[in-house]
Amino acid sequence: MLTIAGLTKTFNRGTPNEKSALTDITLSVGRGDFVTMIGGNGAGKSTLLNCVAGVYPIDAGEIRVDGASVTRWSEHRRAALLGRVFQDPMMGTASDMTIEENLALANRRGKRRGLRWGIAPGERARYRGMLASLGLGLESRVTSKTGLLSGGQRQALTLVMAILQTPKLLLLDEHTAALDPKTAGKVLALTDEFIQTDGLTAMMVTHNMRHALAYGNRLLMMHEGRIIVDARGEDKRRLKVEDLLGLFERASGHALENDRMLLS
Amino acid sequence: MPFIQNAASLAVPAIALGLLWSVMVIGIYITYRVLDIADLTVEGSVTLGAAACAAVIRAGGSPVAGTLLAFACGLAAGCVTGILHTKLKIPALLSGILTMIALWSVNLRVMGTANISILRMRTLFTPLTDMGLSKYASWIIMAGGLALVIITALYWFFGTELGSAIRATGNNPNMVRAQGIHTDTMITIGLMLSNALVALSGALVGQSQAFADIQMGMGSIVVGLASLIVGEALLGRRHFFARLASVVVGSVIYRIIIAVVMELGMNPNDLKLFTAVTVAAALSTPRLTAALRGSRGIKRDQSSQPNQPS
Repeated sequence: MLTIAGLTKTFNRGTPNEKSALTDITLSVGRGDFVTMIGGNGAGKSTLLNCVAGVYPIDAGEIRVDGASVTRWSEHRRAALLGRVFQDPMMGTASDMTIEENLALANRRGKRRGLRWGIAPGERARYRGMLASLGLGLESRVTSKTGLLSGGQRQALTLVMAILQTPKLLLLDEHTAALDPKTAGKVLALTDEFIQTDGLTAMMVTHNMRHALAYGNRLLMMHEGRIIVDARGEDKRRLKVEDLLGLFERASGHALENDRMLLS
Repeated sequence: MPFIQNAASLAVPAIALGLLWSVMVIGIYITYRVLDIADLTVEGSVTLGAAACAAVIRAGGSPVAGTLLAFACGLAAGCVTGILHTKLKIPALLSGILTMIALWSVNLRVMGTANISILRMRTLFTPLTDMGLSKYASWIIMAGGLALVIITALYWFFGTELGSAIRATGNNPNMVRAQGIHTDTMITIGLMLSNALVALSGALVGQSQAFADIQMGMGSIVVGLASLIVGEALLGRRHFFARLASVVVGSVIYRIIIAVVMELGMNPNDLKLFTAVTVAAALSTPRLTAALRGSRGIKRDQSSQPNQPS
């Protein structure tokens, strides 16, 4: 579903602040795969997701989504193929617009927007149904502005928006990092449920090793712009936190000092 | 009852003027409130509208054609600012200033001189005065009617798929791109629509005073913001239709305030200073009241900011 070949990305190229973010990344994600991605700060996980989404132009390499070479596509054009949830709960929704207006915007992802009414009469029932499945009581607040929602409610809503038009690939960029542990667990469970029910292909960046191990059928560990661990299927299922730490030390040549990645 | 007569002679022209300019304030509302851009193109497109319309009327064209041409010129002016900002990546404020300055020359070209008169020529208002209405009554009916039509049309437009996408762009461009919407196009459409209304307002004002002048747009952005803020202060920020209506009410109230302070003996030369101080005071009110309460200006939704920046 996603093929990346020789992707290289350097920020501030040619300046004193030059920073190599991704080095020659080659990766192939199959249909229905749920990939979890871990790594320390600055490892390049979020950069990789943003390169796939078209937020940053890449220096070299090719990105293909569902067979189409999207390397030169703009961010909004790629959006037709991608569902995205961000780390910042503010980023996924328009806070001055109502829940149903946000859903209606998302429901037209990849389609032409004309002078038809912004929310068609038939849509509301579907939205209510999907909101009810979240179990957060949002179905009775469809005309509330999303600015009034909590971080967890907003992330759950953004998740629904991302899958309203079934995406070829769902990109989750630390979407539970800004939430308290209980809410994070709830949003993650919902995420997993949606991915399983719809058979989605997904990539989830996380700082939490236990989450990376508990969810998905494939695990990538990144370090300094490279993929250093790629565990799938049975291999991944057998992994434990200690194994990850050991793998990290062996692959990177030094011990993991990032407490946040360990404990969170 | 001399007092009532006096009040009426003060209020009627002020209401008429407020309605003529309200179309411009609606335009400013689109950029300032919907797109969240302070667009200075306005200062040039007011004059552009008046100049284009007056030039058509002087050349023997119909007032309707002149007014429509003004609208089209405004669309073009907004498009230029939109391209400067979205395609050439010049900051919005500077893009507006560049178009505004360029329009100064364009407007002189359109008029041929610094001002042209269309005195005793037929305007949009002539059919109404022909029916025996007073000058001010004709302004109030024509401008008020147009404002109502425009508000209704905008209320519909911003409810459509395209209009919703423009509103969302002003709100959260990141989310809008992630939903497959080209933010550059949305910003440009908004700027075009806004400046078209501003130029239309310029055409109405030009026809009402029977001349177009190169200076007439000067300070109009501040007058527009003052009207906007007055309207919001009085009617609040509720339903979208009510907000659009509050813009028109604000424009009228602003003109009444100006008429009153002039009546109280303020020097007309001090008018722009008065308006600027009013707008500065209104824009800083939230911060000042927060400071008076002993807390610093707390940004909304701070609690939901990510607490672990990566």
